[in-house]
Amino acid sequence: MSRFAGTLAGLATGTAVLFCLSLLTGPAGTPAGAGLAALISGGDGALGIVMREIRLPRALLALLIGAGLGLSGAALQGYLRNPLAEPGLLGVSGTAALGAVLALYTGLSAVFPLALPLMALAGAFLAVLLVQALAGSGGGSITLILAGIAVSSLAGALTALALNLSPNPFAASEIVFWLLGSLADRSMPQLWLAGPFILAGMALLFTLGRALDALTLGEDAAASMGVTLARTRMLAVIGTALAVGAGVAVAGAIGFVGLVVPHVLRPLVGGIPSRLLPASALGGAVLLLAADLAVRVIAPDRDLKLGVLTALVGAPFFLWLVWRHRRDLA
Amino acid sequence: MSLLSLEGVTVRRGACPVVDGVTARVVHGEMVGLLGPNGAGKTTLMRAALGLQAAEGRITLGGASLDDLGPRERALAAAYIPQEREVAWPVTVEALVTLGRGPHRSTAEADRAAVDAAIGAMDLEAYRGRPATELSGGERARALIARALAQDTPLLLADEPSAGLDPAHALGLMRRLRDLARDGRSVVVSMHDLGLAARWCDRLILMVSGRVVVDGPPEAVLTPGRLAQVYGITAHLGADQDGPLIVPTGLARSELVKKEE
Repeated sequence: MSRFAGTLAGLATGTAVLFCLSLLTGPAGTPAGAGLAALISGGDGALGIVMREIRLPRALLALLIGAGLGLSGAALQGYLRNPLAEPGLLGVSGTAALGAVLALYTGLSAVFPLALPLMALAGAFLAVLLVQALAGSGGGSITLILAGIAVSSLAGALTALALNLSPNPFAASEIVFWLLGSLADRSMPQLWLAGPFILAGMALLFTLGRALDALTLGEDAAASMGVTLARTRMLAVIGTALAVGAGVAVAGAIGFVGLVVPHVLRPLVGGIPSRLLPASALGGAVLLLAADLAVRVIAPDRDLKLGVLTALVGAPFFLWLVWRHRRDLA
Repeated sequence: MSLLSLEGVTVRRGACPVVDGVTARVVHGEMVGLLGPNGAGKTTLMRAALGLQAAEGRITLGGASLDDLGPRERALAAAYIPQEREVAWPVTVEALVTLGRGPHRSTAEADRAAVDAAIGAMDLEAYRGRPATELSGGERARALIARALAQDTPLLLADEPSAGLDPAHALGLMRRLRDLARDGRSVVVSMHDLGLAARWCDRLILMVSGRVVVDGPPEAVLTPGRLAQVYGITAHLGADQDGPLIVPTGLARSELVKKEE
């Protein structure tokens, strides 16, 4: 078995194990056998409902959102040929969060719960339209980065404005807690809302393998090898918006997954961008499933936020990576 | 049949043309050197010829109008070695060279054979498994040339491929490119080394300020008067049994005066 196949097999096994652990972890401590039996047989007892309505959507969302974040990070790093690129760079996360914050701020989400994810998705699409319009049809990757930063900053400022003007402290804290990112208390409607978008986005990003490989040698070399740069950029941007926008819409902003996962896995796939795509999708799923398990195991009563944990663990790990590779980076 | 033909090709940056009404053609079996001082428009002309740069005028590649060719058809007609030797990720030399097979829809054996041949031709056997980002400048340049050889196209355009190579590898590269031309392909190389250009190219195209000044055999193109006028240099010109010899010796008088001012 090649090293690449071994890496994928290892990551897939890790994903499967963590997915099962996620199903078996929660405040209603259940024996493993009974829980899985209830899930499969579809009993109407309390256990069956807990498994089907609470734990299954949570585990599936962690799997999908993690995979979407990891894959988007790998695709954007490949497209921009920059190891510091991450999904948030395009402004998609920022505008999706802004859409959600507006739903909370206006009270719309209290009246109609799905207003929040829907407005977040609308925010993500607005970001794509803005970034594409700003970057123009002929623009290169630098224009895309600058446009993304501009859109991100604007979304950040508007989010801050909503906090600034929030009618009372409770509204403000509701917004802040949502922004921290979490998968607690998500259920099937959220899965049905986000799942198809994430899967569609991932399908688009998976088509980019050959183009990203060719882009290793720069835009001119890639174009001379038959890659259509404008099409590649459009697929990368729309795929990321779908996968990440839908993830932010149901789980809030979860940082670091899209940045760290491709970075860690790159040496294991020989640096080849097309191989990094499936590896990062699995790696993102592993990381998010593990983080979502950790928030439940470490502090079951305190509602530790997922986004806080990923950044808390991700940042020191990233520092260590930078420390280890500082000579190569110089 | 000409592999590449340019008719009145003009590229404007703003109002000012950087390539100005260039007409030229490249036929089978030719090795053509594209010469000219920095900023003469050599790179822009190559990019325009490949469709990487919007241009006015008529361009045909392999007998077909550039506009009628899709991205993959263009990639099968001509390979390009850009001047920037960018390698973004630590992929092995073998993986890098294999990228050249992207436009082909051939069998794994055919791909492997082409990659092996390209690696052999560029003297990279010992570097096959090394990350391309860890190679020296010259080794990396050779790996990128091997990538273009693996693309296996009738036409090869190379932008200063010999820059930064040691004399043995620069000579090896020119011989390899001329062998490609002798096999019936065509090669266009831009370069600044007048000695290499005079000795190895069948024909030279000399550009200044976006225009072609002269197009012909090396002996006819590189005359003392033209070297003084275009490059502002004096040179020792001679020949031996293998071809012309040219050694730049100093700045031409008018150029010295300009430098003094």
